[in-house]
Amino acid sequence: MDTPALAATAAPAEPNPAAERLARAQQRESVGRIALPVVIISLLLLGWEALVRVNEIPHYILPAPSLVLKTLFKNWGSLAPSLWFTVELTLMALGAAVVGGVLIAMAFALSKWVEIALFPIAVVLQVTPIVAIAPLILIYVDSTTSALLICAWIVAFFPILSNTVIGLKSADSNLRDLYQLYGATPWQRFRLLLVPSALPYFLGGLKIAGGLSLIGAVVAEFTAGAAGRETGLASRILESSFRTEIPMMFAALLLVSLLGIVIFIVFAALAKLLLGHWHESELRREV
Amino acid sequence: MTTPAPDTAMSTANAVPPSAPLVTLDRVSKRFANGTLALQDMSLTIGTHDFVSFLGPSGCGKSTALRLIAGLASATAGTLTWHPQRGAQAPKTDRDLGFVFQEPTLMPWSTVFDNVWLPLRLAGIARDAADATVREALAMVGLSKFATVYPRELSGGMKMRVSIARALVTHPRLLLMDEPFAALDEMTRSKLNNDLLAIWREHRFTVVFVTHSVYESVYLSDRIVVMAPRPGRVIAELRIDEPYPRLSSGFQVSTRYNEYVKQVQQALHGTMDGVAVDH
Repeated sequence: MDTPALAATAAPAEPNPAAERLARAQQRESVGRIALPVVIISLLLLGWEALVRVNEIPHYILPAPSLVLKTLFKNWGSLAPSLWFTVELTLMALGAAVVGGVLIAMAFALSKWVEIALFPIAVVLQVTPIVAIAPLILIYVDSTTSALLICAWIVAFFPILSNTVIGLKSADSNLRDLYQLYGATPWQRFRLLLVPSALPYFLGGLKIAGGLSLIGAVVAEFTAGAAGRETGLASRILESSFRTEIPMMFAALLLVSLLGIVIFIVFAALAKLLLGHWHESELRREV
Repeated sequence: MTTPAPDTAMSTANAVPPSAPLVTLDRVSKRFANGTLALQDMSLTIGTHDFVSFLGPSGCGKSTALRLIAGLASATAGTLTWHPQRGAQAPKTDRDLGFVFQEPTLMPWSTVFDNVWLPLRLAGIARDAADATVREALAMVGLSKFATVYPRELSGGMKMRVSIARALVTHPRLLLMDEPFAALDEMTRSKLNNDLLAIWREHRFTVVFVTHSVYESVYLSDRIVVMAPRPGRVIAELRIDEPYPRLSSGFQVSTRYNEYVKQVQQALHGTMDGVAVDH
């Protein structure tokens, strides 16, 4: 007969000893992924602590990690509002960067002429060091908080813009033809084809922009000085350096680092959640 | 011009397509923006239920002709006419055509089900309403068990089956295939060829199949349009008067098969000679 059995050539894997071995190996790997960095960091901290204690280094030159922690807890009452201020500034700048970056990227993707007209301006904003323009922005903008926000936004929006533009243009040309063949509306093409194609690029930009918005927030506040009534972690670092309160500087620095790490972890998890089931960048390869 | 005589065909020269015409190309030409004449004066009538192959070397305009029929590109000269069938309107660019690319061209972020659902979804049919039709299309290509799987988990041949299911889910009158199995290994390719013939025979749609393989075109088609490059044009048309099914009749190991292959190869060599003389 010419009518062949159209049976599929492969069946889903059944559980077997090899699969169990694989599962154990995976478990070992996921434990290692967390345990190894924790061990390394603990060793570094212990070495630091020992170095300070053995050499009796004075705390105004290099405070021991234990003293930094103690300072952090003792001054939590005054550090917490600063931390909150920096968190707010960073998140607002990032939110504005996402909205602005994505909207401008969509305008670029829709019209070649908009891109040709505006892209140089985006590049100028990107390449000009924020430290150099921050004083000007502080002069022209009344509210210090708004000025800080603008500075952080300028730093953070570019990676989102450029990545999203590339992403929106990266849709497979045959798939574009297919959508045309089936008479897709512009909205269907945008929602079902362009957005998923751009997502990996956008999330890559978001990871970079998350870190940059924190850097932008801190740098802008440094430039503004501790002038405002509301102050963030950068002002606390500056302020303690004037008073040579080195443990306090370290405590504020620790909070900035932790904030950066949390932002990174959140966006890495988001990328895994959205891309884990299909995109090469998030697939775990078996060796 | 040194166009070889097209009547090298074994069939009678005045063979008329036994079926009603579906689409007619009348002196259709396509010139690209850079001045290249991709297709020159192609005239051809494709009949309902035909299995037509466009065969030729790279640059002979076979893919261009397919894209013109699909409405993905427009002709710079000539006309393309759709013949109304059973009171139906001429197909617009949507829903009455299926297109299979050389690559499977699946959306990696969607499951097999959602990929096959796409043509219906774009026509505004909800998932629930489309469910039975999508499952039927998946059953047709033997992938019923794989509806919830993502494309990356499938082999190359299985991805191509999904692509075929997606093209057939709208029950198109015309299936256009652009070198669909060229990237697959020989055994997968042979299996897919036979499965495609079985589906075609059961559902009686029309196929236009672009290929550069002489063997594939002889085995699959009832008509072969041989094309030549620079400029892309039709130089011969042959009929393969061999009944289906062709797998069980042992067509592939018969002397008739070899004679057909020889004829097609001669026609093709004519195209290459023509090129040599042109330059």
